[in-house]
Amino acid sequence: MSKQETVLSVKNLEVAFNTRGGLVQAVRNVTFDLKAGEALAIVGESGSGKSVTAQTIMRLIPTPPGRINGGTIDFKGQDILKKSEKEMEAIRGKEIGMIFQDPMTSLNPTITIGRQITEVLMKHQNMNNTQAKERAVEMLRLVGLPNPERRFAQYPHEFSGGMRQRAMIAVALSCDPTLLIADEPTTALDVTIQAQILELMKDLQHRLGTSIIMITHDLGIVADMCDRVIVMYAGKVVEEGTKEEIFKNPQHPYTRGLLRSLPRLDQPKDEPLIPIDGTPPNMMHPPKGCAFADRCENAMRICAEQDADVTTHSPTHASRCWMHSAV
Amino acid sequence: MSKSNSNALIQIDGLKKYFNVGDGTLKAVNDLSLNIAKGETVGVVGESGCGKSTAGRTILRLYEPTAGTVLFNGENIYKMNGSKLKAARRNMQMIFQDPYASLNPRWSVESIIAEPFKLHNLAGSRKEMRYKIEQLLDRVGLKPEHADRYPHEFSGGQRQRIGIARALAVDPSFIVCDEPISALDVSIQAQVVNLLKDLQREQGLTYMFIAHDLAMVKHISDRVAVMYLGKMVELAESEALYANPQHPYTKALLSSIPVPDPEIEAKKERIVLKGDIPSPINPPSGCPFRTRCPAATERCASEVPALREVSKGHFAACHYA
Ligand SMILES: Nc1ncnc2c1ncn2[C@@H]1O[C@H](COP(=O)(O)OP(=O)(O)OP(=O)(O)O)[C@@H](O)[C@H]1O
Ligand SMILES: Nc1ncnc2c1ncn2[C@@H]1O[C@H](COP(=O)(O)OP(=O)(O)OP(=O)(O)O)[C@@H](O)[C@H]1O
Ligand code: SF4
Ligand SMILES: [Mg+2]
Ligand SMILES: [Mg+2]
Repeated sequence: MSKQETVLSVKNLEVAFNTRGGLVQAVRNVTFDLKAGEALAIVGESGSGKSVTAQTIMRLIPTPPGRINGGTIDFKGQDILKKSEKEMEAIRGKEIGMIFQDPMTSLNPTITIGRQITEVLMKHQNMNNTQAKERAVEMLRLVGLPNPERRFAQYPHEFSGGMRQRAMIAVALSCDPTLLIADEPTTALDVTIQAQILELMKDLQHRLGTSIIMITHDLGIVADMCDRVIVMYAGKVVEEGTKEEIFKNPQHPYTRGLLRSLPRLDQPKDEPLIPIDGTPPNMMHPPKGCAFADRCENAMRICAEQDADVTTHSPTHASRCWMHSAV
Repeated sequence: MSKSNSNALIQIDGLKKYFNVGDGTLKAVNDLSLNIAKGETVGVVGESGCGKSTAGRTILRLYEPTAGTVLFNGENIYKMNGSKLKAARRNMQMIFQDPYASLNPRWSVESIIAEPFKLHNLAGSRKEMRYKIEQLLDRVGLKPEHADRYPHEFSGGQRQRIGIARALAVDPSFIVCDEPISALDVSIQAQVVNLLKDLQREQGLTYMFIAHDLAMVKHISDRVAVMYLGKMVELAESEALYANPQHPYTKALLSSIPVPDPEIEAKKERIVLKGDIPSPINPPSGCPFRTRCPAATERCASEVPALREVSKGHFAACHYA
């Protein structure tokens, strides 16, 4: 597959949830592209809409209470938002694999780990029982589960947090998907196993040209394996750029604050960390101006009144902030 | 007072926790000994499944141990019962690994934080309770009106702070923090870690801090324990551990930390571990790490390396440390 080909194109996506308190506007006007073989990181505040964006691509948002209020999702020339549930079933797991943030929501507690993998393989890869079992045990070994033959027959509750996460990764990778969406895939894993799993993903990427969307709070992982980064805040994309642009030349004050809060290994112990003060806005009543304004050290009067337009810093680098778009 | 080291708030000795699983015994925690001084933070790192959460839970007697003792202020918590046990439980709290699963979704924040007060018969009048709860919320950086909301109405970081407020409610002296920040973005991680450190400074709290983020562990801990397959394989002051790791597993761990800087990351040499990851049901003979250890010799297969003091206050369980 050529590197230039666009695999996924998300345009002006709007997703909201009906709750007792009112409408939560989880994803607001999100737009991005993903090319074949590319690894894109989505980083941002917790609650900023990263997981909802990913779940919308998989069409896994429960509707109701969820509602897709606008936008398009083009996956290899097909409009995902127009697919029937049946068509989506054929895409999920086979063409788009997803590793969920919370392993227990995607693993069935009443079925053994092994069965959960073999079922996917038998459904999507036309394998028979024996072939599927062989491949499943192999996958469990590849994600670093000790004693895969024995673990195959165990139930999710018999696994530690990190083992469940690895079992789910095995399920998602087993069908060699074209697009892999990984939502915080390695938070519960130690860094040696994490390195092993990231290698597994890179291998898939190089061998089959798989595109990856990596949602993570770990900026080290972004530096290690992603090509481009989008930064989300309060449901919107506030900055987008290549990994080098985001780390070396961050433009949006939220991105800068994020990078500044990182603990450094060479930091003296009594030096406090530098968080971003304040809390994110209430998404039932998102501010009419820039959502970051009341936490931003650079905020000007206009910031609270009107949201900034996108300013382009290079063909690959853009941000949404009045510091750059104000005249 | 006991004769024991008066500085140690927690003294763990020969602690074991085994689980029966089908046809075998899983040694989740296998002979852990460690003292934690009052006001100290001991970080615990290690492979997923190496027994960190189980150790934390057993130390708080949320699990009964298979063997060993834990002294809290010089008294064995496993021998306590009745009011004594209740008092100890009040003093020892846990912030749970999963902020999403550990708060009852049907309870308001007020009821969630009021629960420990009720459990320990510390609840006063409704008005007094409300006042205490609002003070706690303030201390963890939330607002008084948040007391009337429900967990799903909060972001991950705020929810984690509710869990912290609940743990702090009854003025504990020791808190096991089980991955309290891994679900949060780094700007909120920094808020929570600063909060934990402030509370420690103000109230002399003692922490066991379990985490995978090695930079954060280094930042918050006085000493760090490294676990592998149910055993502690290295223990040192955090500066010493990071500057001069002794155990081959610790070395691999430190070399695998992804650095948030693309230039450094591109140049970095990683110790990539190969070999089979052993099972705690069927641990390898000799050193538990030998199946993946780049330095393993025949001796490692036949002889269990003891945890030795390799330099002052720095312990490692490797024949060649
Ligand atoms: N089923 C739902 N019902 C109501 N609100 C929801 C639902 N799912 C998500 N939300 C809300 O949508 C917003 C975005 O949530 P999302 O899970 O996408 O955040 P995130 O960026 O993945 O955060 P984190 O880093 O904490 O995982 C949040 O305000 C959340 O409370
Ligand atoms: N209730 C249980 N029944 C059976 N086995 C268990 C139980 N709880 C834990 N285990 C096993 O004990 C071992 C240690 O688990 P524990 O949850 O303590 O690991 P951990 O170090 O906290 O891992 P993680 O970093 O993934 O959270 C694992 O092999 C796990 O499968
Ligand atoms: S004792 Fe042997 S196998 Fe164990 S860590 Fe040391 S060198 Fe490696
Ligand atoms: Mg999420
Ligand atoms: Mg754990």
